[in-house]
Amino acid sequence: MNAADSPIPLAARLDGISHDYGKVQALRDVTLNLPAGQMIGLIGPDGVGKSTLMGLIAGAKRLQTGHVETLGGDMTSAGHRADVGRRIAFMPQGLGRNLYHDLSLQENLDFFGKLFALGKVDRASRISRLTRATGLASFMDRPAGKLSGGMKQKLGLCAALIHDPDFLLLDEPTTGVDPLSRRQFWDLIDTIRADRPYMSVLVSTAYMEEAARFGHLVAMDAGQILAEGSPADLMERTGTVTVEAAYVALLGASTSHEVLRPKPVPGTDTDIEAEPGPPAIRAKNLTKRFDDFTAVDAVSFEIARGEIFGFLGSNGCGKTTTMKMLTGLTPATEGEAWIFGKPVDAQNLDARRRVGFMSQSFSLYGELTVRENLLLHARLFHLGSDLTTKRMAELVPRFGLEPYLDQGAASLPLGVRQRLSLAVAVIHAPDILILDEPTSGVDPQARDAFWDMLLELAHRDGVTIFISTHFMDEGMRCDRISLMHAGKVLVSDAPKVLIAKRGVETLEDAFIAYMIDAEPPEAPVDEGLLTAGRGQKHAKPASRFSLQRLLAFTAREAMQVRRDPVRLVFSFIGSALLLLIMSFGISQEVRNIPFAAFDLDRSPESRAYLSGFEDSNWFFQRAPIADSEALKSRMESGELALAIQIPPGFGKAVRRGEHPEIAGLIDGSDTNRAGTIESYVKSAHAHLLSTGAQSALALADLVTPSAPDAPPPTQLIPRFHYNPAMESLPAIGPSIPPLLLLLFPAILMAVSVAREKEIGTITNFYVTPTSRAEFLIGKQLVYIGITLLNFVILTALVVTVLGVPLKGDPAALVLGALLYAVAATGYGLVVSMMTRTQVTAVFAAAILSVMPTLQFSGMITPVSSLEGAARIMGTFWPTTWYMGISVGTFTKGLGIFELSGHLLRLAAFGPGLTLLAVLALRKQEK
Amino acid sequence: MRQLTNIFWLAGKELKSVLGDPVMVILILWSFVVAVLLEASGAGDTVYNAAIAILDEDSSALTRQLSDALGPPWFQPPVMITPDQVTPEMDAGQIMFVLSFPPGFEADVIAGLMPAAQLEVDATAVSQAQLGTDYIANILVSETRAFLSGSPDAPEAALRLELRRAFNPNGNPVWFKAVSSLLNQLSLLTIALTGAAMLCEREQGTIEHLMVMPLTPFEIALSKVLANVVVVLAAFTLSLLFVVQQVLQVPVAGSVPLLLAGTAIYLAAAAAIGMFLGTMARSMAQFALLVIMVIIPIIMLSGGMGAIESQPDIVQRLTTILPSRHFLAFAKAVVFRGAGLGSVWFELSLMAALGSGFFVASLALFRRSMSLSG
Repeated sequence: MNAADSPIPLAARLDGISHDYGKVQALRDVTLNLPAGQMIGLIGPDGVGKSTLMGLIAGAKRLQTGHVETLGGDMTSAGHRADVGRRIAFMPQGLGRNLYHDLSLQENLDFFGKLFALGKVDRASRISRLTRATGLASFMDRPAGKLSGGMKQKLGLCAALIHDPDFLLLDEPTTGVDPLSRRQFWDLIDTIRADRPYMSVLVSTAYMEEAARFGHLVAMDAGQILAEGSPADLMERTGTVTVEAAYVALLGASTSHEVLRPKPVPGTDTDIEAEPGPPAIRAKNLTKRFDDFTAVDAVSFEIARGEIFGFLGSNGCGKTTTMKMLTGLTPATEGEAWIFGKPVDAQNLDARRRVGFMSQSFSLYGELTVRENLLLHARLFHLGSDLTTKRMAELVPRFGLEPYLDQGAASLPLGVRQRLSLAVAVIHAPDILILDEPTSGVDPQARDAFWDMLLELAHRDGVTIFISTHFMDEGMRCDRISLMHAGKVLVSDAPKVLIAKRGVETLEDAFIAYMIDAEPPEAPVDEGLLTAGRGQKHAKPASRFSLQRLLAFTAREAMQVRRDPVRLVFSFIGSALLLLIMSFGISQEVRNIPFAAFDLDRSPESRAYLSGFEDSNWFFQRAPIADSEALKSRMESGELALAIQIPPGFGKAVRRGEHPEIAGLIDGSDTNRAGTIESYVKSAHAHLLSTGAQSALALADLVTPSAPDAPPPTQLIPRFHYNPAMESLPAIGPSIPPLLLLLFPAILMAVSVAREKEIGTITNFYVTPTSRAEFLIGKQLVYIGITLLNFVILTALVVTVLGVPLKGDPAALVLGALLYAVAATGYGLVVSMMTRTQVTAVFAAAILSVMPTLQFSGMITPVSSLEGAARIMGTFWPTTWYMGISVGTFTKGLGIFELSGHLLRLAAFGPGLTLLAVLALRKQEK
Repeated sequence: MRQLTNIFWLAGKELKSVLGDPVMVILILWSFVVAVLLEASGAGDTVYNAAIAILDEDSSALTRQLSDALGPPWFQPPVMITPDQVTPEMDAGQIMFVLSFPPGFEADVIAGLMPAAQLEVDATAVSQAQLGTDYIANILVSETRAFLSGSPDAPEAALRLELRRAFNPNGNPVWFKAVSSLLNQLSLLTIALTGAAMLCEREQGTIEHLMVMPLTPFEIALSKVLANVVVVLAAFTLSLLFVVQQVLQVPVAGSVPLLLAGTAIYLAAAAAIGMFLGTMARSMAQFALLVIMVIIPIIMLSGGMGAIESQPDIVQRLTTILPSRHFLAFAKAVVFRGAGLGSVWFELSLMAALGSGFFVASLALFRRSMSLSG
């Protein structure tokens, strides 16, 4: 190993690095020097810490312990990271993980170019050079999500190379890519390196055969460096002939009980044909189309009982869709499939008991432990407690799960997870196992062990296994394979037969030969194209803030929103609908109060009194109350909100000039409503007694002469400002948009940021010189625009449909809306900082914004009437102030001057919230 | 039987995953403790704690007596203002009512000239304005009478009306607010939790795993509904016992078991709505927007923010399909009026019917949603 003060220039120097994710230790005390200008391979299976190591070197992850220097500077210094960001290119693991799948190739590359402050001309020339060199030039308008795996990786490479980096970090760039594209990819890297010898390349890979190409290898296991040196060096040291064997040897003898060499594959023609009955699986012309895209194109095959049948092909070639059609998960567009001679029927539960399925994505429940996962599936298959115990006792040791039984499945190493998935898939002893890429990302050793289990299941227990993979060596272990490419089966046969037919050495060569037959290869790399950018060094000093970068995020976000119009339409139509329903639905007047009379007198006088209520619009008369039991039960059921009880002898008493008492009972459960009813009853009563009441003439005639009411000593002259007619719509209409203009933008904004975190495109923010403000404000601008558009729609509706004129200064309203849009989106940003997934973002944004907006911003209860904590909430809630502006301009007819207090307060929210979010955002991943 | 055990085990798994997420648990606690407390304690009657100012150009013993009479719970202690402050204060929404006494008010009253006091009212909130005006008028008359004769009562009226409030005799607004706030929390949480659980399982691909096992969509969907009902019902029960009954001192007149049973039925209906939205939406963002579009009408049009019978007929007809409307009617009857099963069976069966309707609809969408996410 190199000493720290080595004279060789270093791309990166790591000293005593440890890193953990909660309980899981990803790296343990790693010390490593990576020489510059070399092609360095990081080898080892998933979960040994390769990605963490690369993330730390690239500055995408925050350093926990130790010291990292990349390109000669300390990576804990934000200043150095920002400087070095323009010299590093990092392509994260996962096909096109840092690409924007809804954007076209051209748009993707344009965005990356803008991030590195390339001018328009420069950008165009580099993009055209890179895409011609990679053979992507003819697909410029295709969305990245619709590219094949190989093309996605080439696009990722173009994006990485757009700023002429000095240090290229590629995390498993070829995993899941078809063999032809893989070969082309490495050729491309070789060409680039030939042009740019000063460039250092760090590549991690799980394909050991690829590692032989690299100049320098670093073998890793369990967060530690096993060995480093050139491939020849490593092979020599271990006395092996392949890198894979060298790696396995380096792992040491301690775990060798799991290392089993592949067993000889049994002959394809002997035992299989002997099986009786219909084939286990038969597919005929299976086809699946999604809109204009054909995922699976007339695929036919037959799998005999007890056979291991492999589907070999790249990601996205239709393997998964075919398997889903066989399991009934998705209906076939055309064609048919049979399992044990019976057509596939999604409704047939018994057929499902005979099939075990392991889907590509890890589909166990991460929050359950290993034991709980196994038990849950045993129970769902109704194995019964005896059989469950027996199967558990059998499977747990067989799949090596004993040490992990009580560990949460989410925290298991990938290899163990896959073993658990397989154990779960076979717990009910199915006759057919359908395994969709069960070994991707699993280390060679664990894969060997996994295959031993499969071979045993097939050849000892007679289970038919249908497996898909993109590993050639796994293809070799199958009895028969189909080579798949772009939705079509190229050819099906025993792997050895295929190799022999093409007269080549390996299955990979045979596959490539068949692919070239099916589809003429892309244009070869023009070596001159890549060199043109050479020598253009980055002279510009690193600026902390760049408007161009900020606008690059804005433009990109706007494009993405346009690509998903459903979201926009939802928020526009949704808020318009809500505005109309709410404005017409929330009436603050109480009318049609259900009431009934409890007339114990039944005299003309009592009827005259009651008729006053019957004739009123306020009250809605129900059948009279028969007795006090009925009074109680009808009030209890809520049928009546008001009961008027007239005492016996009422008529006589009135005629005698006495003052009988009428009792009114109001349903007090809803206090607001009870208060309103109370005042209505009082005024109805007063009205009845006044001489002018038409309906109660008889009563008034009787009553008034005997006891004239004394005139009141004072009068009150009310003047109703702003809404003299006391109409409901002018009162409620302008107060609905403030509610909607907060909820929709806040949620859209929060989801948009959480989505980047979840999908992984946030890596582009981590590893490029983008500052936190550029990233957040860039995105925010789009949602501010959407909010303003929504504002225009809602304002138009309020004026036209609701008929509420805008009496005040439109400029005040527009300015208020602009400030409010900043505040609402700023709030969404703050919420998104608290959450990591879209689910929690949605949840938190909804829960944390609906209540305060409805309750504390003066929509129903004026803020001036709130008290205590509610008042404080109201004061520190932006809706309160915009509500004042909206109601102020619409109903009160105010202008900018009168509303300046509101505007100023509202203006503080947006920048404040945005600043809070900027401060809370981490520039590095944990 | 087989179905029942399947549902049982699946629901157990759901429970573990909801309770295993600390953010979710915190949000649930927030909703049922903090939000309920905030909402209930900040509650106002229609006219409650209203801001009032007095413009006193008389400065007499009578006007001071009148000012002192305007106070809690309906009004905040009045503030004295000058004429030039009236418009800005009202424009800013700081003051709802301004009562002004002209010079010589007291003298005119004593002389029996029936002087008029002016009341400026902010009528942007219609019902507060109307009721507040009535209250002020009453106070004015009775206080002036008391000033003149020593007794606030009017000479005995020909007919006396004795009004009583049943079920909440003191008209304490916290009671009703606490209950309607609980309803809001129930709806929001249940709908969002269930729907998100559904979408999440689809996005992570675990639903495919379930679909290739001998399980029916019915079992999968019902287990999610049940698990979320159990979680939210538990939170509701604790909130009812400790927050509503103990801290907020709201008495429950009826039977608590009946209330819980009805709540369980409502929650199942709300969960079915969540499931329906979860199967309809194609992404989390869409789901979020759908939830907002459903939850706001639920909160605003179910009777908690305005009586159902005041809604226009067409809106009333629309809100019949909201199970929350029937739940609030049910909860009001049980909590305040002490109603028994006999009075509320109709609401219960309506909720059950609506819940089943949404559940069946989401099952119909289930398969379709599967192929979309694939």
